Amino acid sequence: METSTLIYLFVGVSFALYIGIAIWSRVGSTKEFYIAGGGIHPVVNGMATAADWMSAASFISMAGLIAFLGYDGSVYLMGWTGGYVLLALLLAPYLRKFGKFTVPEFIGERYYSDTARLVAVVCLIFISFTYVAGQMRGVGIVFSRFLEVDIDMGVIIGMTIVFFYAVLGGMKGITYTQVAQYCVLIFAYTVPAIFISMLITGNPVPQLGLGSELADGSGMYVLEKLDAVLVDLGFNAYTESTKSMADIFAITAALMLGTAGLPHVIVRFFTVPKASDARTSAGWALVFIAILYTTAPAVGAFARINFIDSVNDTPYSDVAEVYKNYEDLGLVAWKDKNKDGKIQYSAGAPFDGKPDFDGDKRGASGERVITNEPTDNANEAYVDRDIMVLANPEIAGLPGWVVALVAAGSLAAALSTAAGLLLVISSSISHDVMKKTFMPHISDAQELRAARLAAIVAIMIAGYFGINPPGFVAQVVAFAFGLAAASLFPAIIMCIFTKSMNKEGAIVGMLAGLVFTFSYIVFFKFVSPELNMAENWLFGISPEGIGFVGMFVNIGAAFLVKRFTKDTPQDVQDLVEDIRVPSGAGAAHSH
Amino acid sequence: MSPQPNQNGDAESAGDRTKAYWRANLKLLGKLLVVWFVVSFGFGILLQPFLDQFQFFGFKLGFWFAQQGSIYVFIALIFVYSHRMRKIDRDFGVED
Repeated sequence: METSTLIYLFVGVSFALYIGIAIWSRVGSTKEFYIAGGGIHPVVNGMATAADWMSAASFISMAGLIAFLGYDGSVYLMGWTGGYVLLALLLAPYLRKFGKFTVPEFIGERYYSDTARLVAVVCLIFISFTYVAGQMRGVGIVFSRFLEVDIDMGVIIGMTIVFFYAVLGGMKGITYTQVAQYCVLIFAYTVPAIFISMLITGNPVPQLGLGSELADGSGMYVLEKLDAVLVDLGFNAYTESTKSMADIFAITAALMLGTAGLPHVIVRFFTVPKASDARTSAGWALVFIAILYTTAPAVGAFARINFIDSVNDTPYSDVAEVYKNYEDLGLVAWKDKNKDGKIQYSAGAPFDGKPDFDGDKRGASGERVITNEPTDNANEAYVDRDIMVLANPEIAGLPGWVVALVAAGSLAAALSTAAGLLLVISSSISHDVMKKTFMPHISDAQELRAARLAAIVAIMIAGYFGINPPGFVAQVVAFAFGLAAASLFPAIIMCIFTKSMNKEGAIVGMLAGLVFTFSYIVFFKFVSPELNMAENWLFGISPEGIGFVGMFVNIGAAFLVKRFTKDTPQDVQDLVEDIRVPSGAGAAHSH
Repeated sequence: MSPQPNQNGDAESAGDRTKAYWRANLKLLGKLLVVWFVVSFGFGILLQPFLDQFQFFGFKLGFWFAQQGSIYVFIALIFVYSHRMRKIDRDFGVED
């Protein structure tokens, strides 16, 4: 069968499966809609959490980032897994014991304050929308590359699918579709990785292949070869750091703390039956996540080797067809600086910024003409990092069904995360803002209708951003983690680990952390990007890592304000005592 | 809700037992978080240049901790915590 037929088949079957699950798992109460009734098995929840967590960024972008960053890419690997240790040890069991529906609800009750709840809702909405826009964009790119529909149409198809299971099935529908999506995405990620690991090292396990000798008979280790080739081409060695240690430390910390403070991940632990299940479930989630996260560095290293082998010093007319497909999409470009008809790849940008194509005009070798002014280094090749995972199977010449699998897998990754995010947005509106703050008398059925309506509106807004991406989507990813690390994470930790933290302290702390982190990122990313370099940074920490400092700002401000304001009431201190012991959790409270 | 009294709970009040339970939990947490910090921030970042002089199969050791080893240890930490806490929960009669 043709590869394109296979892609339609795989994507079509997986979509039919998701819609089938959606119809099967329709819900009738807010408890089912918000937390799937609270009876999800810990292993099932772990799998759903893994799909929820692993987004288009993890599936499509991360291995590509690592391929080009080498050691510096470790911040994503440690940052996006280490947060689960914090979740399991410091957050999940206590939030489950508390046993309500949303993260702002927990903060609102523990700090006996509507204001605290609304501040938490603002943090949650900002974090979640930042994230979801990127997912919709990812869906659009996959559709345009593999199914040859345009990006806007792709986003609309994606919205329709999410609409089905998020609006009909709420958390219950999302949980079971996420389990199916996890299976699709992990299979789609590991199968090509195993093939490529076999080709390059002869070892079928990518995690071991990364530490093995090359199969080309040179007797060199993969990483040794990669270091040598890159240094030869003028790059830094793959296994060495190019950033300051302080910055690597802060970025890793901000990503870990941010991971543990992301509402769509935390809320998954409300769905298991008991507090002790929340602990094991976090462990299972990390097992399922680690399968992809330990494979990614191998995929990245193999992709870099393949890329250099297949491009450097190769005549344009001989490079693989897949590069020309991506050139048509504007993600690959080549400027023949020395007019030898061959692609030279080395360190440095081939020209400033993204390629600016001169319509469909073709150059001497048949390449697309770029109007950018070339730089004076020898590098002629521009490549968007995001294509690495998508193009890897084709570069390595793998069969069509593997390519089709990758298409279905990347859609599963994007859709599962988008649905989880849309659910926390809609439940914070219908539950925390409406039911808990402004309209306490609405019935369960009315609240459920409001939740569905909020989900529809959220999908529309997310789709709008997917079709008209704000130019800064890529740059605001740092926002989501930085803000979660500086606002929600410390607020929740202080809920549990201090009995004396009062509402004034918590509110001022969240706002201080939020404003500090927000201003720092906005200043360096948007106001004065020309100053965004190490010597101007606070303690040498880049905007990506500043959430780590923001956390201390939050905690410092909170304790300072607490000293001068009223003590926590006795009933709240009793609530904290109660959260700390697992017994007596039972089923989630209904309202 | 306060924890149910257990067989050795007659002499001490429920409040004391909860405090002792919480202390036991914090002690375990503390130990595991030290390991968490050492394998990631320690071996993977702060000591990476030093550890990279040692070869571990085809990896430099610091690089391996940063891109592989720390993740395996994270998984182990969560299951150790979950397992030990079950026992602590039972010992203090506060299991769910």
